[in-house]
Amino acid sequence: MNLTMAADFALSMGLMEIDRADGRKPNQLRPLSCSHNFLNRAHGSARWSHGDTTVIAAVYGPKSGKKTNENPKKASVEVVWKPNTGHIGRDEKEYEIVVKRTLESICLLTVNPSTTISVILQVVDDDGGLLPCAINAACAALVDAGIPLKHLAVSICCGLTESGFVVLDPTKSEEQSLQAFTYLVFPNSFRSVLPGSPLSVEIGPFENGIITSTTHGVMSVENYLFCIERGRSASAALSEFLRKSLTKRNESNS
Amino acid sequence: MGSTDGIQADIASEIEVDAFRRLFPLRFYERHLSESVRPDARPLNKARDTSVALGAISSADGSALVKIGHTTMLAAIKVEVMTPSLDSPDEGCIVGFDVFSSGMINLKELSLISGKAAWMLYLDVYCLDADGALFDAALLAAVAALSHLRIPVVSVNDDGRVVAMSGEHVEGKSVREPINREKRKLTFSCIPFSLTCILHQKYILADPTAEEELIMETLVTVVLDLSGRLVSLYKLGGNLAYNSTVQDCVALTRRRVKELHQILNEAVSDMEVD
Repeated sequence: MNLTMAADFALSMGLMEIDRADGRKPNQLRPLSCSHNFLNRAHGSARWSHGDTTVIAAVYGPKSGKKTNENPKKASVEVVWKPNTGHIGRDEKEYEIVVKRTLESICLLTVNPSTTISVILQVVDDDGGLLPCAINAACAALVDAGIPLKHLAVSICCGLTESGFVVLDPTKSEEQSLQAFTYLVFPNSFRSVLPGSPLSVEIGPFENGIITSTTHGVMSVENYLFCIERGRSASAALSEFLRKSLTKRNESNS
Repeated sequence: MGSTDGIQADIASEIEVDAFRRLFPLRFYERHLSESVRPDARPLNKARDTSVALGAISSADGSALVKIGHTTMLAAIKVEVMTPSLDSPDEGCIVGFDVFSSGMINLKELSLISGKAAWMLYLDVYCLDADGALFDAALLAAVAALSHLRIPVVSVNDDGRVVAMSGEHVEGKSVREPINREKRKLTFSCIPFSLTCILHQKYILADPTAEEELIMETLVTVVLDLSGRLVSLYKLGGNLAYNSTVQDCVALTRRRVKELHQILNEAVSDMEVD
C-alpha cells in the first residue's frame, strides 16, 4: 500500500510515470519468445511466452469429419484447453469459447468445408495474461500447420490501475491489484507478399478494429477506449515480433 | 457480383416472400436494413418489449420472470447459512453469476455473525425460451431476483445455531431476538444492465432475435451500470469493431439502461403496493 501511495505521490509531482514491481515502464511488454514446430505428431505447433506465462499450442487438421450441428459449407474449429494443474473449470470453458470464436474469425473456413481444425492449448505456466498468450500461441500454430488465414491476430492484456493509468501486459500479481483489465485481440497489419510492390490494400481502418474484447472489473468508457488505443499501439510491436519469428521459421525450414 | 444481385432480384420478384426469406436470409435482411426497418417492424436501434414479473416462484426467497420479446428467463435465489471463509470472515457470497462478484453488492451485508455465520445466495437462472439476446435477459432476471430478495429473519438458539424465526412463536419458550431485523434487503452499490447489438456492415441492430443472431454473426454485448461506467464489453470474433462503432453501441446501451431501470422500478413498486 505504501508503495502505491509513494507512486501516486511521485505521479502527482510529475517525477515518474508509474512504478511497476518488475521495473517495467507502463507501455513495456514482458520479454516475448516463440518457437515453432517442435511437436512431431501435430500438424503445427507453437510455444509462446510472455515473460513467465507460457502456452503450448498444437494444431491438428484440417481433418475429415465434423461435429454435429455445424455448417456443412464451412470448416469447424475445435479448441481444447488443458490447464497446468487440476481439472477444467468454468473459466477455462469460457476461454475455450473465446479462443474458438476468435480463431473462426481469422481462418478462411470456406476453403476446406466439412472438416475440423483441432487446436489443443496446454498451459505451461500462468503469470498473468494467460488468454492473450494462448491466442498468440494458437495463431502461430495455425500458421505452422498451414491453415489458410485471412490475416494474423495478436492479443494483449491492458490493465487500468486505481489511479487511472493504463499498464500493458500485467503479471498475475499486478492483475490482482488492478481496478480493471481487458483482454483485446487486434488484427495485425497487412504486408504485401511480393517484395517491392506497393500495398494495394488501404491500411488505415483495418488496423483500427478489434476482433475480440473481454473485460474484468468496472471502468469508465473513456478509460476503456484509452486501453484500446494503448493496446493497439503495442499490437504493432507484437505483430512485428510474430512476423519475424514466422519468417525465421520459414528460412530454417527451406 | 452485380449479375448475381440481378439474378436474385429476378427470382425475388417471382417467388413468395416466405420462400425468399428461407433461401436468401442475408439478402432478405439487407433489403430491410437498407430501408431502416427490421422484419418484425422494429427500427434498427429499438429493443423489443420487455416485462419483469417479480416473485414468480413462491418457494424461492427471491425470484423474477423476465421477457424480452419471446426470450423468457426465470431467475430464482435460495439463501442458506454458511460458515464464512477465513480470508473474509465478515462476508457472505453469491454462487452462480460472475458479474456480481465484482462489487455490485456489498458482501458484508450478507454477514450474520462475523467469522461464524453468513448468508450464501444460490442464484439460478433458467432459460425457458431462447429467442436471442440471452445474456441481456439473464442479467435482467438476476438483477430483478436480487431486488426482489427478502432475507428471512433468523435468530440464534441456545445451542448457538442459526434458526429461522417463524411468524408465530410457540408460547412458553423464550422469545429470541432476531439478529437481522434491520438488513433484510440487499442494497446495490451499482446496478448493471446490458444490451446486445449485432454489427453488420454499417448497421447496428439492437437486441437481436435468434434468427438475426444466426444470420449475422458479429455480436457485441455492453454492460453498463446506472452511473454509466463500463462493467463489461464482450465481443468474440466476427467482423472488426471500430472505435466509433463501440461508442455507438455504448450510447445505445446508455439509453437502454434508463429504459430497463424504469421497467425494474415499476415492477418493484407494483410489488410493494400489493
